[in-house]
Amino acid sequence: MTTKVEIQDLTKIFGKKERQALELVNKGHSKEEILEKTGATVGVNKANFKVEQGEIFVIMGLSGSGKSTLVRMLNRLIEPTEGSILIDGDDISKMNKDELRKVRREKVSMVFQNFGLFPHRTILENTEYGLEVQGVDKAERQEKAERALENAGLLPYKDQFPNQLSGGMQQRVGLARALANDPEILLMDEAFSALDPLIRRDMQDELLDMQETMHKTIIFITHDLNESLRIGDRIAIMKDGEVVQVGTGEEILTNPANDYVERFVEDVDRSKVLTAENIMEKPQTLRLKQSGPRVALKRMKTESLSSMLVVDKNHTLKGYVTDEDVLTATNQETKDLEPILRTDIPKVSKDTLVNELYDIIHDSQTPVAVVDENDKLLGIVVRSLVLGALAKTREEEVINEQ
Amino acid sequence: MNSNIMSSIMDQIPQIPVSQWMNDFIAWLTQNLSWFFNSIRDGGSWLMDGITDLLIFIPPLLFIVLMVALAFFASGKKFGLPVFTLLGLFYIYNQGLWEPLMFTITLVLVASLLSILIGVPVGIWMAKSKAANWVITPILDFMQTMPAFVYLIPAVAFFGIGMVPGVFSAVIFALPPTVRFTNLGIRQVSDEMVEAAEAFGSTGSQRLFKVELPLAKPTIMAGINQTVLLALSMVVIASMIGAPGLGERVINALQRAQVGPGFVSGFALVVLAIILDRVMQGFNKSKND
Repeated sequence: MTTKVEIQDLTKIFGKKERQALELVNKGHSKEEILEKTGATVGVNKANFKVEQGEIFVIMGLSGSGKSTLVRMLNRLIEPTEGSILIDGDDISKMNKDELRKVRREKVSMVFQNFGLFPHRTILENTEYGLEVQGVDKAERQEKAERALENAGLLPYKDQFPNQLSGGMQQRVGLARALANDPEILLMDEAFSALDPLIRRDMQDELLDMQETMHKTIIFITHDLNESLRIGDRIAIMKDGEVVQVGTGEEILTNPANDYVERFVEDVDRSKVLTAENIMEKPQTLRLKQSGPRVALKRMKTESLSSMLVVDKNHTLKGYVTDEDVLTATNQETKDLEPILRTDIPKVSKDTLVNELYDIIHDSQTPVAVVDENDKLLGIVVRSLVLGALAKTREEEVINEQ
Repeated sequence: MNSNIMSSIMDQIPQIPVSQWMNDFIAWLTQNLSWFFNSIRDGGSWLMDGITDLLIFIPPLLFIVLMVALAFFASGKKFGLPVFTLLGLFYIYNQGLWEPLMFTITLVLVASLLSILIGVPVGIWMAKSKAANWVITPILDFMQTMPAFVYLIPAVAFFGIGMVPGVFSAVIFALPPTVRFTNLGIRQVSDEMVEAAEAFGSTGSQRLFKVELPLAKPTIMAGINQTVLLALSMVVIASMIGAPGLGERVINALQRAQVGPGFVSGFALVVLAIILDRVMQGFNKSKND
C-alpha cells in the first residue's frame, strides 16, 4: 500500500485576526475559546491523516464539524490557513496557480452534494467539461464523455438538460463527469445525501461496483453513519474541526476513541440492526376502482409477477390479487377487482426487525406489506430480500470473528 | 441666539466656486482634447448618417414586413405583437413620420450598442474586483441621479449640436442598468457552479465564458432591455440639442404649443418603445425556456 494523499496539521480559520487565532490553535485551545477571544471561527483544527492508494476513505461528522471545509482544502477550493496537503508527495498548498490547475485537471475530480451540473449545458456537454477546459479536441472529448455516460447507463439522455433528469440520474451524471477525465482521486462531498434512501442505497452499490474495477482513491464526505460503514474502507470522524478518530468501521465500533465517537457508535449499533424499512422495495400496485382484471393481467404479465397488491386512491392497502383469480375474472368478463380481492396478507410496521420478518415471511404465500399506522402502504418485502439481509449479517459476523 | 451665531459663521464662508470649477474643467477638456472630440464627432456623424440613409433606403413596406416577422418569432409565434407592430408602424408611416422614425432608430441603436459594449465589460470587472465595485458603484449612482438635461450641456461643449452629442448623452444616461445587471448576474451565479468550474481546473476566462456569463445571461438581458428603453427616452430629450428624429417633432410642437402634432409624435414614440421592449423580452424569454 502506498500513500496517495496525506494531510499534515491542516488548519483553516475563517474571519479576521487569523494570526492571533492560529496561535491559540497551536497552543491547543478549543474552537469555542478561540471564537470567544478573537471572533474567528476555526473551520478545521490541525487535521492529520493518510489516505492509501485505491481505498475509500470516509470523512464523517455532523454539520459544522468542518468536513466540507476539509475536503475543499484538498483541491484548494478553500485556501488552507496552515499545514500541508501532499498528493503523491507533492505539496498542493505550495503550488502556484498553473500547477494547481494541472492537478485539478488531471488528478483530482469532485462530485458535489447538489450535483453541481451546469443547467445551460446538455448532459454530454456537462460530462465533457473537464476535458474541454484541458483543451482536448472535440471528437476525442466527446468519445471519452460518451464512454463515461455509457458506463453510467446514461448515454440515451446525453442531449437532455440536467433539469429533465431525476436527482439520482443527475448525480450519476455528476459522477460520470468526474470520471470522464480519468482522475486518480475522487472527492465526493455528501454526494448521495440529497437523494432519497432507496436511490441512495443503489448509488452506494454502484460506487462499490465501480470501485472494484477502477481502484480510484476516493475521499467521501458524509454525515450518515450507515453510509460510512457501508462504503468506507477506513473512516475518519470529525468534531468541531478536529479529526477525533481514524480507523476501519470495525475499529471505531469496537474501540471508540472518546465519548463523542461512542455516542455515534451507540446510534450505529441501534441502526445496524436492520428493520423492514431498510430492506423494503417499492411495490407494484393496482388501484382499486380504477384498474380492472384486464389491466391487472397485462401488468402482471409485463412485470412477471404472480400476485399484486391493491390500494385505494389514498394508497391505503386493501389486499392483493393472484394471477389465477385475475385470469378467471377476465374470462368471466368481470370489470372490477373487488370480488377477487384477498385480504390474508401479512402486514408489518417499518420498525419490524429483519429477524421477525423471517418468521412471518417463511409461513406466507405472499410478500409482506410494510404499512404505517393508517394502513398506508410504504413498501414491500419479499423473501429474497430478507434472506439477502440475513446472509449479509452472517457474513459480517464471520468477518468479525476472524 | 445660537442659531444666529451659527448662521453668521456659515455666512462668513465665501461661496464655494463649484460652478467655476466645472466651467474651467469642461473648458480645459474642450480646448486640450478638441482633436479627440472632433474626430469622434466626424466619425460618428459619418457612421450614423450612413445607417440612417440605409434605413431610409429600405422601402417602408419591406421594413414593416421584416419587423412583423421579427415580432412574430419573438412572441413565440403568437399574433398579438405582430398585429400591433403592423398597425403601429403603419400609423407612423401614415402620419408622415417615417423619416424621423429612422433617425430615432439609428440613435437608439448606436447608443444602445455603445452602452452594451462599454457596460458589459465594466459589469464583469465590477463582479470580479472588489475595488472596481467600490469605485464604480457611486459613479453609477451619480450618472443615474443627475438630471438628464445636465448632460446636454457638456455634450454641446464637446461635440456641438446634432446626432453625436445626442448619442453621447444617451450613453451616459442609459449605461448604468447594463453595468449593474451584468455585475449582479455574475455575482448571483451559485457557489456550487463556481466551485464545479474551479474544481475541474478552469482558467479565469474559461470560468467566465463557459459558466458565469451563460448563467448570468437572462439577468444581463434584462439590464440591456432597460438600457435600450432609457436610450430611447434620452434620445427624445437630446432633440433639445439638435438630435433629429421623432423627439425633434415633439420639441417643435412644445415650443409652438401645438397639442395635435405633439401627441401624434408622442404616440409614435410609444409605439416604438412597446415594439422594442416586447421584442427583446420575447427573445430573452424564448431562449431561456
